[in-house]
Amino acid sequence: MAEISLKKVVKSYGRTPVVHGIDLEIADNEFVVLVGPSGCGKSTTLRMIAGLEDISDGEIRIRGRLVNDLPPRKRNISMVFQNYALYPHMSVRDNLGFGLKIAGQSRSVVAERVAEAAGILGLSDLLDRLPAELSGGQRQRVAMGRAIVRHPDAFLFDEPLSNLDAKLRGQMRAEIKKLHQKVASTIVYVTHDQIEAMTLADRIVVMRDGHIDQVGTPMEVFNHPVNTFVAAFIGSPPMNQLPAVVDAGRLRLEDGTTIAVPERLRARVRAGQKLILGVRPDDISPEGYGLMEDGESDRVDLLVDIAEPLGMESLIYSRLAGQEVQAKLYGPRLVAPGERLTCRISLSRAHLFDAGTGRNLEAE
Amino acid sequence: MTRALKQRLSAAALWLVTFLLMVIMCIPGLWVVLSAFRPNREILARPPVWVPERLTLNNFAKIFGLGEAQVAIPVGSYFMNSLVIALTSTFVALVIGMAGGYAFARFRFRFKNSLFLSLMLLRTVPAIALSLPLFMLWSRLGIIDTQMGLIIVYIALNVPFTIWLIDGFFRQIPMSLSEAAQVDGCTRWQAFWKIEFPLAKGGIAAAGVFAFLTSWNEYALAAQLTRSTDSKTLPVGLMDFTAQFTIDWAGMSAMAVIIIVPALILTFLVQKHLIRGLTFGGVKG
Ligand SMILES: Nc1ncnc2c1ncn2[C@@H]1O[C@H](COP(=O)(O)OP(=O)(O)OP(=O)(O)O)[C@@H](O)[C@H]1O
Ligand SMILES: [Mg+2]
Repeated sequence: MAEISLKKVVKSYGRTPVVHGIDLEIADNEFVVLVGPSGCGKSTTLRMIAGLEDISDGEIRIRGRLVNDLPPRKRNISMVFQNYALYPHMSVRDNLGFGLKIAGQSRSVVAERVAEAAGILGLSDLLDRLPAELSGGQRQRVAMGRAIVRHPDAFLFDEPLSNLDAKLRGQMRAEIKKLHQKVASTIVYVTHDQIEAMTLADRIVVMRDGHIDQVGTPMEVFNHPVNTFVAAFIGSPPMNQLPAVVDAGRLRLEDGTTIAVPERLRARVRAGQKLILGVRPDDISPEGYGLMEDGESDRVDLLVDIAEPLGMESLIYSRLAGQEVQAKLYGPRLVAPGERLTCRISLSRAHLFDAGTGRNLEAE
Repeated sequence: MTRALKQRLSAAALWLVTFLLMVIMCIPGLWVVLSAFRPNREILARPPVWVPERLTLNNFAKIFGLGEAQVAIPVGSYFMNSLVIALTSTFVALVIGMAGGYAFARFRFRFKNSLFLSLMLLRTVPAIALSLPLFMLWSRLGIIDTQMGLIIVYIALNVPFTIWLIDGFFRQIPMSLSEAAQVDGCTRWQAFWKIEFPLAKGGIAAAGVFAFLTSWNEYALAAQLTRSTDSKTLPVGLMDFTAQFTIDWAGMSAMAVIIIVPALILTFLVQKHLIRGLTFGGVKG
């Protein structure tokens, strides 16, 4: 129930800056996911919002109120930690009720809110257990319950699912999504798992080395990555990136193969320009086995190195101009290593990046 | 040989070794306790009388000045001195140890490592090497033969140890617990008392027991720095039983029992905490 605003926020440890002046506006009830590789400053940013780290420079506002110098307890936020941080000497009930008791709520209010949260998260039968007597998924739920009982302005999650196994992670991901719908509240969620980011986020914030590279809805970030880093980071398997030079109106790859310049980009390239062609595996498919065959395209021949059949689709590993490329075949057809395939490259969905800066030619 | 048999044999061997070690450690103590309840004649008998023929409480009556004894020993004063000195120095060492241990475990500050190391180095100096300089300093300050004098010495002896032990316990508690409590609405101070202190309690109790026993049993420095019933502690009082040519073994043993009993009781009382404290650190992540 609050908007969060970061303006030129900087964090330095001693003389080393680790977050370099980031700007971010988070709307009321928005689910924002911070993604990025390890060490890029996601946790640090989240902890600055929580008040667990001092801000070296800039401004953080929650609900319009400047919180730079407020301790965590005065910010009315909840946080779910990666290791859950359940109080080991307290029962589940006391863990859930702790924040309310500290706030001086009456016993009946505490009991009522604890029961409510336990109901939402399916913890009602576990209230008298100690954290040590719970499974990983149950501890995770208690941690979320502790966050929701206080009806905070915003929830902060720091990689809450990274300690769970794959199956449970999928389950909890769905629960978090449901929770967001039930308790309607602003959520800032940190992860380095791009599937979590894509499935949960209203908007994704892609971070690298203490900077924000791109902010956008999952589809914006997926369809219009602003640079090669975002292109490679979002989407699985990652986007193929092939160095190319503009030559006679076509893109010449390092081995001489040429591919047409996408029509919409013709006006933006000049002869001799060094570029990187970005094409997702979904957009390179053997003829007749593509996902979207309409629209502008070009052809390349690929020699199959390895094929991974996944049922209705196969992932094909090949090489093009000395680079490993991945292609996708849609349909119940098996391909064998060594097979030569004529593939369509969907140009309407391809991207061109500047080889020097890595920026998408279409990015502003 | 079957596996089961092998296992049984090795278990038996282990038991035997443990038993022998126990016996070696316990016999002197047992002898002291036995002697406390036997007449001097029997203690000094030659060849030694192993199984006591007559048990008596006379030795205790004697040192408390009851019965037919000529010279009573002021055990009561010694006991009170010991108690006051050991409890006070333990309490102060624990408070400093908690503050210091928490700081070393949680905060970053300059010269942290060298400070920690120098604290540990303090422990390597044998206490007795300090007795002469201490004696001179204390007599200038006029705190020879006072409880305060000994209390200060024991605090200094115990603080490095309590800091070291308590630091270890706080280190085992993940930072995120205190952070979670602060997000939940606590001040850092509240988070400490409601979350971190209860979790480190066992370790703090352990540090307290060790500090108490160190003060309670210390002899070398106390012998130098005390003179009279104003400050003499029980271990120093033991020497009252030695006369120029004789030693009252029976009385001495009885007094030794008086020294041992409170220490034993204390250890038993906190034993549950000790074991929990030493194993509770596993906050699963
Ligand atoms: N206390 C500290 N002192 C110095 N540097 C620190 C400190 N804490 C974090 N850093 C540095 O700040 C950078 C950002 O750390 P942060 O924990 O925010 O990364 P992250 O994006 O959360 O990574 P991960 O995905 O691994 O959790 C890292 O390079 C880290 O080394
Ligand atoms: Mg992190």
